[in-house]
Amino acid sequence: MTFINYAAREINCKIVYYGPGLGGKTTNLKWIFGKSNPASRGKLISLATETDRTLFFDFLPLDLGTIRGFKTRFHLYTVPGQVFYDASRKLILKGVDGVVFVADSQAARMEANQESLKNLQSNLKDQGYNLMKIPYVLQLNKRDTASAMALEEMKRQLLIKNEPVFEAVAHSGTGVFDTLKAIARMVLVELRKTA
Amino acid sequence: MPTSDIILLEEDFRVIRDLIQKLRNDANARVVCLVDRNGQQIACVGESEALDTTALASLAAGNVAATDSLARLIGEKDFSTLYHEGEKDNLHLSIVGGKVILVVIFDERSSLGLVRLRVKKHAGELAAALEKMQQRSVQARSGKAGTSPFTDITDEDIDSLFGK
Repeated sequence: MTFINYAAREINCKIVYYGPGLGGKTTNLKWIFGKSNPASRGKLISLATETDRTLFFDFLPLDLGTIRGFKTRFHLYTVPGQVFYDASRKLILKGVDGVVFVADSQAARMEANQESLKNLQSNLKDQGYNLMKIPYVLQLNKRDTASAMALEEMKRQLLIKNEPVFEAVAHSGTGVFDTLKAIARMVLVELRKTA
Repeated sequence: MPTSDIILLEEDFRVIRDLIQKLRNDANARVVCLVDRNGQQIACVGESEALDTTALASLAAGNVAATDSLARLIGEKDFSTLYHEGEKDNLHLSIVGGKVILVVIFDERSSLGLVRLRVKKHAGELAAALEKMQQRSVQARSGKAGTSPFTDITDEDIDSLFGK
């Protein structure tokens, strides 16, 4: 749900990073935080457990620049990936404008990817959204791991609507900004359509 | 889409800001903010220079959303008011018009009783202003309140954001 503030001349959009536990959603946000100009980003808020697992969400506000005199601000959120935090995941999807699914490329995690993808579809539906209709990008993370599955095989198992796919190694930044740019662009194009 | 975009026009912003400023004065509060349930800040008045109001908005919305779910778990519709007591500062969160979160931060210059009373007193006016804002959002989307600046965003405009 985009928030257009004529008083502050700002557009605010919400992007949610979704995916299985330990897939690299928080790592994506940490990389974006570390590499963004401090003037154009806010604090990275992490509601995490003592062992640094996401408990509720991570949140990073980011200014991408100005369009037609309006500051474009993206609010990036992650969800907790662990299966039993489903109630929290549902809440974070409220008002979402675009979703990045961060899949874990390791063969042993394919089932977790598929389960999380199904969970995303069902939670979006519960909030009244249809994944087929909202801006959506697939990121295949951990491409540097020894057991990373072949790209084509991962696409065969996870693609749902010919969405853009990015290979990534989030801890070293590979693919992180490409993914962000792609989803931000899709959200803005959607905004143009609905404006 | 389940929820419509919010469009905050300058005149609505001024009305809302004046109302929460009035509430701030009446309640002797440090800060009063209005936040939508998805975590977007609508307006904030008071001693907010040193406060990260963007993070405040996101966390307040998360707090309210989690508490709403807790309410439903025990068979309640929602908890319309939340209160967090600190050593110096306290936080009072309440739902206005069913849609928006009113955040009041206050210290020893005020009290929970006074804040509750004043919030209750001003909630009706605020809800009416928010209702008007929502109606205008609908009109703005349908083009009745002026043309949206985003209808003619070009690919070049979008590219320019990423060209740096």
